[in-house]
Amino acid sequence: MEPQMTSATATNAAARAPQIYKSDYKPIWCPGCGDYSVLAAFTKAFAQLDVAPERIAVVSGIGCSSRIPAYLTAYGFHGVHGRALPAATGLKVARPDLTVVVAGGDGDGYSIGGNHFLHACRRNVDLTYVVMDNHVYGMTKGQPSPTTEPDWVSKLSPAGTGLRVFHPLVVALAAGANFIARGFSGDPNGLAALIAEAIRAPGFSFVEVLSPCVTYRPEQREWKASVRPAPVAPTDDPARAARRILTDDGFNIGVLYRGNRKPYQPPVGQGAMRVAELEKAFEI
Amino acid sequence: MTDMRGAGAGRASVSVAICGSGGAGVMTAGNMLLDAAARAGWYGLMVRSSGPQIRGGEAAALLRFAARPIDCLDDRFDALVAIDWQSTHRFADEIPLDVRSLIVADPDQGEPPDAYLAGGARRVNVPLKQLAKAIPGSWPNMVALGLAARLIGVPAEAVRQVVTKSLKKATNTLAASLAAIDAGASAASELGAGLALEQPPERPPSRWLISGNEAAGLGAIRGGVRFVAAYPITPATELLEWLAPALPKVGGVLVQAEDELASINMAIGASYGGVPALTATAGPGLALMTEALGLSVAAEVPVVVVDVMRGGPSTGIPAKSEQSDVSIALWGLHGDAPRIVVAPNSVADCLATTQWAVHLAERLQAPAIVLSDQFLGQARTVADRPADVAFIGERLTAAEGTEAYKRYAITETGVSAMALPGTPGLAYTADGLEHNERGIPSSGAADHRAQLAKRSRKLTAHDYGGQWADIEGEGRLAVVTFGSCTAPVREALARARAEGVDARLVSLRLLAPARPELLAAALDGVERVLVVEQNHGAQLFRYLRAECDLPRATTSYRHPGPLPIRPDEVYREVLEWSRR
Repeated sequence: MEPQMTSATATNAAARAPQIYKSDYKPIWCPGCGDYSVLAAFTKAFAQLDVAPERIAVVSGIGCSSRIPAYLTAYGFHGVHGRALPAATGLKVARPDLTVVVAGGDGDGYSIGGNHFLHACRRNVDLTYVVMDNHVYGMTKGQPSPTTEPDWVSKLSPAGTGLRVFHPLVVALAAGANFIARGFSGDPNGLAALIAEAIRAPGFSFVEVLSPCVTYRPEQREWKASVRPAPVAPTDDPARAARRILTDDGFNIGVLYRGNRKPYQPPVGQGAMRVAELEKAFEI
Repeated sequence: MTDMRGAGAGRASVSVAICGSGGAGVMTAGNMLLDAAARAGWYGLMVRSSGPQIRGGEAAALLRFAARPIDCLDDRFDALVAIDWQSTHRFADEIPLDVRSLIVADPDQGEPPDAYLAGGARRVNVPLKQLAKAIPGSWPNMVALGLAARLIGVPAEAVRQVVTKSLKKATNTLAASLAAIDAGASAASELGAGLALEQPPERPPSRWLISGNEAAGLGAIRGGVRFVAAYPITPATELLEWLAPALPKVGGVLVQAEDELASINMAIGASYGGVPALTATAGPGLALMTEALGLSVAAEVPVVVVDVMRGGPSTGIPAKSEQSDVSIALWGLHGDAPRIVVAPNSVADCLATTQWAVHLAERLQAPAIVLSDQFLGQARTVADRPADVAFIGERLTAAEGTEAYKRYAITETGVSAMALPGTPGLAYTADGLEHNERGIPSSGAADHRAQLAKRSRKLTAHDYGGQWADIEGEGRLAVVTFGSCTAPVREALARARAEGVDARLVSLRLLAPARPELLAAALDGVERVLVVEQNHGAQLFRYLRAECDLPRATTSYRHPGPLPIRPDEVYREVLEWSRR
């Protein structure tokens, strides 16, 4: 297996329909949840890439959005809270022939899994990480996450957290992610194109998706009025990307950075030494 | 073991410690002495002991030699060779000396600490530093090496071979070192204090010089492991460092993880992809891994964790041995989470037992914990070439075309076929959520019961074969033990036998699942049982009490690390327990 090969390269003339990537298992999400559209965007992206369902693995942690593997027809791995990126790293390094996609939420990825986020960015394994960010812990019924505004009041934070909001895009850039984009669940076609582009991009691709929680953050319904296509073309200059990301208002949608770092993929299956050869070092 | 002093034929076993400050080359001298004795046909063992400093602290090489395989340190040392005494009082507990012991000290390095002299050891002066100074380019540790080799009767030629091999690129240093060895040997001759070993077999079988950590790494590879995730931790690091260059040679890969949470999840991710996977750690790392081990249980993804145990709890005593992770390995997961726990019972057995763990994990689609320890992991031993046991990972996989595929199908054995990613038509989601047979999340009572029973049954219904325990000897008294306590117990029972007290040894290699019927059979006719382990809380004793039907007269003998369980203390306990 060639380490540089992008495994999702379209090869089949008979294009696949998005429907074949759906499963027969009904989502548990609330009506109106942004994650439905992200699910649809995944199926459309896979269809655009025309990759066989069995060549895809979708890895997730814990949270509303992390339930997504079961709703897709692809190989799925629904692991423990915060550890989707390490599981996906192990899978992709061991099986570079697969298209490995990681999905989750802001609590899973930026709080309990924050350390893995940093190291996945810097390791630059050829993964695509899609975070459905709704600025809240939804599954546990409404607690502040790292991306929650400091004055947002909840049962667990009666006076607000008073904490600075975590900025995943600039953290990803600083840590070395090779592809950084922001998407919006309200535009499933645009999001599908972004996810497909992220999967095609070699190395670690990070797609932060604004995906409203209509139950605990009903005001996020208004995001649709705020988002706009990023008024600039993607850059490969980290300094320029940092300025853009730090100075925009959080609603610019599109590819914000595209680097050219070589993906991390140690060769597997190439050494052909017999185990008996290894043992010679111990002989007296 | 019946007569330590031996007759004219030489001693059955000789124990020598070499100590000195950091940078004095104590470990180099110890390793060379072990290597030379091995080349000359003897067996031996070297345990490294060092102060708390990372580098530059005092160090002691604890060595024992014999004409037969040896797996533990003795009760006492025949000789202590001190290159200097800087802070080496720290090792006094680990280097017991008595009136029959010899202290070889450099008079220019000051007085030996009282702790070494208290037992009445005979002290002789050898100016190691001066002797080295007289040979430009040489070092006192090479003088000490030549001296120690001569004391125990290792032929000069074997020592020269070893030194030549390791210094072949530095010709000046080599010549000086060889001269220093001769100087040390001459000094030893003048002492008139021979500690000569009995002669080794004339034609020793094919043997290896290997540490337990290296053996465990090789066992993993022999078993089929091709993915390892690593996070450094004392005393497991060498296992991972051995695997790092070895794995690519056989088509595998090692990834350094950002923490133990990542390493275990990486291993599980790789294994989900169909590649047998392992990580190695010590107690603090195992504690971090327990949540993901539960995932391995629930999602039925095989994974192997080698826990090289050290003193705990918390950071504890990182570089010293203790068998105190028994409870976390056996009970440390939340929920009803059946797991496999095995324990190698000698340095060389780290190979076969780790290989077996890989086989079991793959066969039973479950996590397997290998309880090694700092002693086994870091000791280097001369062992007969380990037989290549046939255990390799054999996972039951589902083939393309399987009709109505159910990943978690309820089967008689409890094992269900796993579809590997890439297999058309069988896509499923491996899930830590409770699920039905298809893998769809389910909180239904029937699914939960059925899946719990299946995951338990696949472990309890398996035939683990004869290697579940090593059972030796006969008698109405039995000692049940495991891991690194096995060798000192074996020596203790040989001594007891010589005193007319027969006792049986049961060394458990399989700790979980518990095998109460097998243990009952192994203890058939036994009236009294002594459970020996190296921890404070009698963790194995309590476990066996809970799981097995032991004789009423069962008691515990244990103490925590860092001191090893030594043959003599077990021998005394066995005699007392047999007479009570």
